[in-house]
Amino acid sequence: MLADDVAGLLLAARTEIGSSYPSLTPDIAALHLFERVLYEKFAILPEGHPWLKPVRFDNPAGPGVGEMNFYRIDGDEVHEVAVGPIHAGVIECGHFRFQCLGEEVLYLEISLGYHHRGVEAMLTGGPLARILPLIETVAGDSTAAHAFACCTLLEGLSETLPSPRGQHIRALALELERLACHTGDIGAIAGDVGFLPTSAFCGRLRGDWLNMSAMLCGSRFSRGLFVSGGTAFDLDPALAHVLTDKVVLAARDVQGAVRLIWNSPSVMARLTGIGVLPASVAASLGVVGPPARASGLARDARRSHPLPCLPALEKICVADRGDVGDRTALRYDEALASAALCQNILKDLPAGGCRAEKQEKIYALAPKHIAVALVEGWRGEVCHVALTDEFGHFAAYSIVDPSFHNWAGLAYALRRQQISDFPLCNKSFNLSYCGHDL
Amino acid sequence: MFEIFLERFRQKTRTVAFPASLPALPPRFRGRPFIDADRCAAAGGCCSCVAACPWHAISFENTKPALDMGMCIFCGECACACPQRALVFTTDWRLASTDRDALVVRPAAYASPRQPGGQGAGLRASSGLADDDDERLYVLPELPITSVTSLAAAFARSFRLRQVTAAGCGACEADLNVLGTVVYDMGRFGIDFVASPRHADAIALTGPAPRNMRAALLDCYAAMPAPKVIIAVGACAISGGMFRRVAPPAPDSIQGAPPQCRPALFIPGCPPHPCTTLDAFLRFLDQRTPR
Ligand code: SF4
Repeated sequence: MLADDVAGLLLAARTEIGSSYPSLTPDIAALHLFERVLYEKFAILPEGHPWLKPVRFDNPAGPGVGEMNFYRIDGDEVHEVAVGPIHAGVIECGHFRFQCLGEEVLYLEISLGYHHRGVEAMLTGGPLARILPLIETVAGDSTAAHAFACCTLLEGLSETLPSPRGQHIRALALELERLACHTGDIGAIAGDVGFLPTSAFCGRLRGDWLNMSAMLCGSRFSRGLFVSGGTAFDLDPALAHVLTDKVVLAARDVQGAVRLIWNSPSVMARLTGIGVLPASVAASLGVVGPPARASGLARDARRSHPLPCLPALEKICVADRGDVGDRTALRYDEALASAALCQNILKDLPAGGCRAEKQEKIYALAPKHIAVALVEGWRGEVCHVALTDEFGHFAAYSIVDPSFHNWAGLAYALRRQQISDFPLCNKSFNLSYCGHDL
Repeated sequence: MFEIFLERFRQKTRTVAFPASLPALPPRFRGRPFIDADRCAAAGGCCSCVAACPWHAISFENTKPALDMGMCIFCGECACACPQRALVFTTDWRLASTDRDALVVRPAAYASPRQPGGQGAGLRASSGLADDDDERLYVLPELPITSVTSLAAAFARSFRLRQVTAAGCGACEADLNVLGTVVYDMGRFGIDFVASPRHADAIALTGPAPRNMRAALLDCYAAMPAPKVIIAVGACAISGGMFRRVAPPAPDSIQGAPPQCRPALFIPGCPPHPCTTLDAFLRFLDQRTPR
């Protein structure tokens, strides 16, 4: 599946392959992980792949997790720093190998797979009567994005149109998720440079956004909100009013909290010029979401591939230096744009029910079809693809979390940086381990 | 500098009143479930809830439903399926127990609240799940949290947690992390997250602990000085949650905390609300929380 963002098109191509094919990675670096996964899952060999290592270590008979040949730089002064799988903070698990010359990182290799739970395998043969709770845990902080993508697939395959009202409530949940995560991460970046005011304010504000999701559906992570055809919970005018007020207040506080960063030269000095991801590298690695936009690539699925019943995003926020400072500023801009979007949605919710009429049809999927859903979550573009067999069951269900594209971008951004810059770079990307490992 | 003070002045103090007073939870919050024995019997032991549960958290025990909160993700499907509205989700956030079996909810007699606002005041059912408005208030007996007294004494004033994510999705982790912010300010009770297992008294474990995380988890546990405990946070860590796979081949079974490190405290939820977790930590340390 290929997407043409400019024309807003999706292109499907297929080919017969045997047990091997000439690797495309040397020409198109963005495919490096896809080829590795195909090899790991189906033993289809990409001949000439420069980097053929396990991705998720999902074969009990194969190498144990983290057992692979790491890239190594030799030399008297060169040393290696190994971090993880368990990290120092309250954070998911993965292994990082730094090749350092003194404090300078020459090379970082990231080895994941610790969080492999076999989600895709659990989905094959479905749809499970209740597929959504499982999808909601693909990446817990992107519950709305993944649930939205899954619903879009199910609706496409069952030829149901989502309720326009439900679709707008979903969009609201997606933006609240973006606001919570952007706010939280800006706070964490401030915390990493030891600038506590913004860190403390944003820590609180992140919770305020989450609590708005909880007002909507009872869960701070939008759990249980999405159902095929619409949403399980509706918004009455009173609740819409309360939420609007809260959005306005929280957005104002975010502005107040983050402005402190822009006005503190000591903080800006720490963020500027660190962890640069040049546009050309971002493009060739296929980086998506805020890191891509911070490097000047105007990629946003909300604009190029708007979802049914929702207007296309008017303006994509972009920056150009591609450093930690830009990634921070970009997320701030996006958060404010997102708050404005929430207010608009709350102002003009379409009338009608929040669920589609014909519920019973929803799990009767068209046989022998392929469906694709693209949703711009806070971390970037979430892509779900499903293929049905002749009975309308999933022959395959494949999930691409934005992290899958972006981990390589983070590894690149760390080259020639100080090892102490890692937390900052890491926070400015804030990628998902379980979304990658599935 | 002046601007920082000004902003601090404008944003005010935001630490929640909980646990000094009851937490403010949204009306749609799905907390501890309650099964009304009379209403359930009136439905003649239909198995609507058992069939409705996507994760087999409800089983049949002598023709009566038994809901295991250790597996439940609080989706509310079962409450919607119940024709008698015998099964409701109350807004009670106190879900944790040191007794794994106490997490199983069985039909019980409905008790009306003694006095509004005071001790034993009832809690509403979560709104927004069923069509009819449930006006009843529910009083639920406290689930047992009995920390071994010597442990409580040892940890009372300083309880250090090492958080280990054994393939959690990030939601439990996020709502644990939030306990460290100014909102919950867990540090005021002497509870903190630490970076090294060497400094930790407990592991706050999240995630179903699939094969690829087990060795790291056990290494971390082994690195901790005794006395040490495991706290299972969330359905995944308690039972494997949605990823539960007990059938052989054994290396691929997923059932939450592995047998080598049995949790001493179980905090249900998907993910547990920060108030649920804080309440559990405090009661585990023999500190009082509001009823
Ligand atoms: S709320 Fe819990 S017990 Fe009820 S259906 Fe959902 S997972 Fe099952």
